Amino acid sequence: MDAFLKYLDKSVQMTPGEYGNYIWATIYILLIFAAVSVAVIAMNWLERKILAHMQIRLGPMRVGPHGLLQPIADALKLLIKEDIIPAEADKVVFWFAPIAVMVTAFTTYLVIPFGRAHAVTDMNIGVLFMLGVSSLGVLGIIMAGWSSNSHYPLMGSLRSSAQMVSYEIAMGLAIVSAVMMTSMNSTGTGTLSMIGIVQAQLSQGRWFVFSMFPLGFIAFVVFAIAMVAETNRAPFDLPEAESELVAGFHTEYSGFRWSLFFLAEYAAMIGVSSIAVTLWLGGWLRPFPNWLPGARWDIAFGLFPALTFFILAGMCFLGTIRMPRIPQFRIQTIGLAGFGAVLGLIGLVLLVPGVRERVLDMYWFALKVAFFMYLYIWYRGTFPRYRFDQLMRVGWKVLLPVSLGVVILVALVGLFTHTDAVMGVLR
Amino acid sequence: MSDFYEDIDPAATVTDTKTYLDSDELVLNMGPQHPSTHGVLRVILKLDGEKVLGTECVIGYLHRGVEKIAENRTYVQFNPYVDRMDYVAAVSNGLGYCLAVEKLLNTEAPPRAQYIRVILTELNRIASHQLWLGTHALDIGAITPLFYTFRDREEILKIFEKYCGARLTTHAFRIGGTQYETYEGFERDCLDFCDFLLPKIDEYETLLSTNRIWVERTKGVGYISGKDAIALGVTGPVLRASGVRWDLRKAQPYSGYDKFDFEIPIGLNGDTYDRYIVRIQEMRQSVRIIRQAVEGLPTGPIMAKIPKVLKPPVGEVYHSIEAPKGELGYFIVSDGSTQPYRIRVRPPSFVNLQALDVMVRGSLVADVVAVIGTLDIVLGEVDR
Amino acid sequence: MADEIKPSSPPEGADPKPTAPTSPVAETKPPATGEPTPAAPAAPKPPVAAAAKPPAVPPKPAGPTPQPWEADLTRRLKQSYGSGIESLSYVGQNYLVVDHAIIHDVLHALVNDEAFDYCVDVTAVHYPKNEKPFEIIYILYSFPKNERIRVKTSIAEGEAVPTVSDLWTTADWLEREVFDMFGIVFSGHPNLKRILLPDEWKGYPLRKDYPILLQDKEWVQINLGIESGQ
Repeated sequence: MDAFLKYLDKSVQMTPGEYGNYIWATIYILLIFAAVSVAVIAMNWLERKILAHMQIRLGPMRVGPHGLLQPIADALKLLIKEDIIPAEADKVVFWFAPIAVMVTAFTTYLVIPFGRAHAVTDMNIGVLFMLGVSSLGVLGIIMAGWSSNSHYPLMGSLRSSAQMVSYEIAMGLAIVSAVMMTSMNSTGTGTLSMIGIVQAQLSQGRWFVFSMFPLGFIAFVVFAIAMVAETNRAPFDLPEAESELVAGFHTEYSGFRWSLFFLAEYAAMIGVSSIAVTLWLGGWLRPFPNWLPGARWDIAFGLFPALTFFILAGMCFLGTIRMPRIPQFRIQTIGLAGFGAVLGLIGLVLLVPGVRERVLDMYWFALKVAFFMYLYIWYRGTFPRYRFDQLMRVGWKVLLPVSLGVVILVALVGLFTHTDAVMGVLR
Repeated sequence: MSDFYEDIDPAATVTDTKTYLDSDELVLNMGPQHPSTHGVLRVILKLDGEKVLGTECVIGYLHRGVEKIAENRTYVQFNPYVDRMDYVAAVSNGLGYCLAVEKLLNTEAPPRAQYIRVILTELNRIASHQLWLGTHALDIGAITPLFYTFRDREEILKIFEKYCGARLTTHAFRIGGTQYETYEGFERDCLDFCDFLLPKIDEYETLLSTNRIWVERTKGVGYISGKDAIALGVTGPVLRASGVRWDLRKAQPYSGYDKFDFEIPIGLNGDTYDRYIVRIQEMRQSVRIIRQAVEGLPTGPIMAKIPKVLKPPVGEVYHSIEAPKGELGYFIVSDGSTQPYRIRVRPPSFVNLQALDVMVRGSLVADVVAVIGTLDIVLGEVDR
Repeated sequence: MADEIKPSSPPEGADPKPTAPTSPVAETKPPATGEPTPAAPAAPKPPVAAAAKPPAVPPKPAGPTPQPWEADLTRRLKQSYGSGIESLSYVGQNYLVVDHAIIHDVLHALVNDEAFDYCVDVTAVHYPKNEKPFEIIYILYSFPKNERIRVKTSIAEGEAVPTVSDLWTTADWLEREVFDMFGIVFSGHPNLKRILLPDEWKGYPLRKDYPILLQDKEWVQINLGIESGQ
């Protein structure tokens, strides 16, 4: 209990895991679970709406004002659906596969830092841990395809796993070059810890995406492409393309089991986006922490979370005003106005200085991850699908050599620009 | 079909790994219900892993016996049936039929009717190509162009609705001319539509033509040489994309097409990408034709003087037009009575579908879907 | 009143009303002797006036008839194949009527020597009253010459026609459809089975003795499990 209260003291600048505070660590784990679930629900709605607007249509509009309750309806429907297991399926493996995929997707969140002190733990091999765990997801997919005892899921899962394995290599190499950049300082020591990487970006004064231009940018782009392939999203979603293989490895899953796969897919998306944000986009750092320092700029940037919520609330009120004024829409209008009011209240709460400071890190992090989510949806709306052999060719013949080249070049550039650090290490 | 199934033990399930995973050939059935076979088409693929060794198309799911029905209806009564064959480009079907019967009667529609026919047929050509583009892109995975093309196609369907009351199966023409005079504002609508459409075609091209993934999915896929295309009787944009500069509107003009100035786009590579470009350019040329036709629309009657009871003299005639899908021909045998003795419809999609086997040999399964899309078949026409 | 006016085949011509919305309804009566009664409600006066005229009006022209057609092509073919070929032309469309025995050779000559490289269509017509009831029609087109030609041949019931799928690959499915609809066998065809109808269907629908409402009840009962498809 003392440890609990001591941790509440603002002067603590360590993650619960580092601090040895298991209660807070557990709380963080539960919070992450809840937050990711909420994020997945929000992503569902956002994807349907944004994709629809890109396709000049409206998307869900009926279930709740502007379809805001659609994800809840979908979740409810999935939960109450009949649980069908194919007769010849391998029941234990069939039951275990979605759990395996979900567990690996969520385990990567253990090391992702939402702020300096807002992570479950700060392992000093955080990057390595994250890479290893995400590779385990492939196993779950193979289990799903195999246990379905049917032709289409089997083909789909084999293709999925081949795709994921190929792109993991490019991902890993891109991560290596980011890690190498952390050692471009006076002492020449880098770190594999996720929090350490963000702090390295802070001390070097620039996000890694801009450092050693264009090498950091290329590494970032390679990772951004590989992460889309890793999560089986468009344009690399042939394994689940409806026009070819019905639904790939999760064809035979229905109801709750399918929703677990769905949850795992979106959680993985948010997870790899978080990794990209941490490694290249400066994690929880606000824009221009070194160029625009000082309390005034801090406060100015600190108003952003509240501003975001006010803008969202404003959009809700705008929608309320534009609702048709007929009795059938009254409940939707009230609902939307209420939702807008809630958002506005949250914005007001975020203006309070104490809350503001604690939330800032998480806000910037979430904003950057949201940008990546928008990119995911944008890709889905714009690109056709890659054929499987073309997909493998891109992974092996394009991304792999490029990321290898970037690693070598980063090493060389680092060698020649930070000779004192290298000398220091060698000595 | 028996030779296709001999290799696989029908009792084997996937747990019998020897048969499924180690076998050399797999027979895959893209059944009549499938999101990508446009209509009820069944394609039986013989695969070696992912490579296609051979295909067999099973058609006839939409066979309605149109040719038999024709023998039991009068010429005028048969006119609405014709729209239902290629229901996407119904106006072209009607044009072909009316022209064939007019040839049998040795009459010609008056100039104003001919111009109106040309305008509506070209509008329909654009609508058909737009539908093709949307569904073809959807098969390849680009889900957005579908909505753009359908939204723009709505404008054409609005014009049709204002003209003859129906959007899809229009029954717009009559034997001897057109029944309906153009409505007030028809010319204005058509010209506005032409101005509206050209930037939209650029929009479709922006999304797809230089899109790296689109190019990779379509270049080199479904190749057919000009010689093979002629031997297989393939016509339409498929033939033109293989380098054969042939369009019935220029080679054997009908309904006043010789008065219009337009070009025939051809492709040089005979692959899916070229067919896509050819159809996009055809849309632009159609806009050109519509503008010329609207600006030069003559005054005059819209219906030739033909008897109320049509009894064409004994004889037979074959007349074909350039439908959006290819050469659509009508072979009509008349025995002097009010009902045709035999009407044979030469369907372009039926003959083009034969080329599927040649085009997908050696490709991957994902390409079969792309090639079926690029052939632009409509099962109503294949099966009649 | 009506029977003294209308001659049987030539078109009536010069009807003052170009729109014919009422006639399709009335035309469902089979044209027995060619007496179109629907003209009666439309114009009571003109038939009376016309009835007074018949002797003075010259007989209507009988309509176009097939004309003999002479060209280099026909001269060459007749030189090689002699009497088995007749060349005619109707409303400007040229066609050859060829003997059944030499049809494959004639088509072979057309493809290889005369450059008719595109087989537009292969179809058939059934004339049950003729001694050779089936007439097979090949419509060919030549890309270099931009010329279209029809070749017709008549065969008896049960006779087989040599396939032309060795000359044009497109004839493969076209001949399958003729077989499906008429029952004409094409000898030498690589895959002669039904294409539009189910494989086990009995009967050839486009023959004139196949009524329009007939279905293969046995197939329907076995495969669809219902009593009748009607």
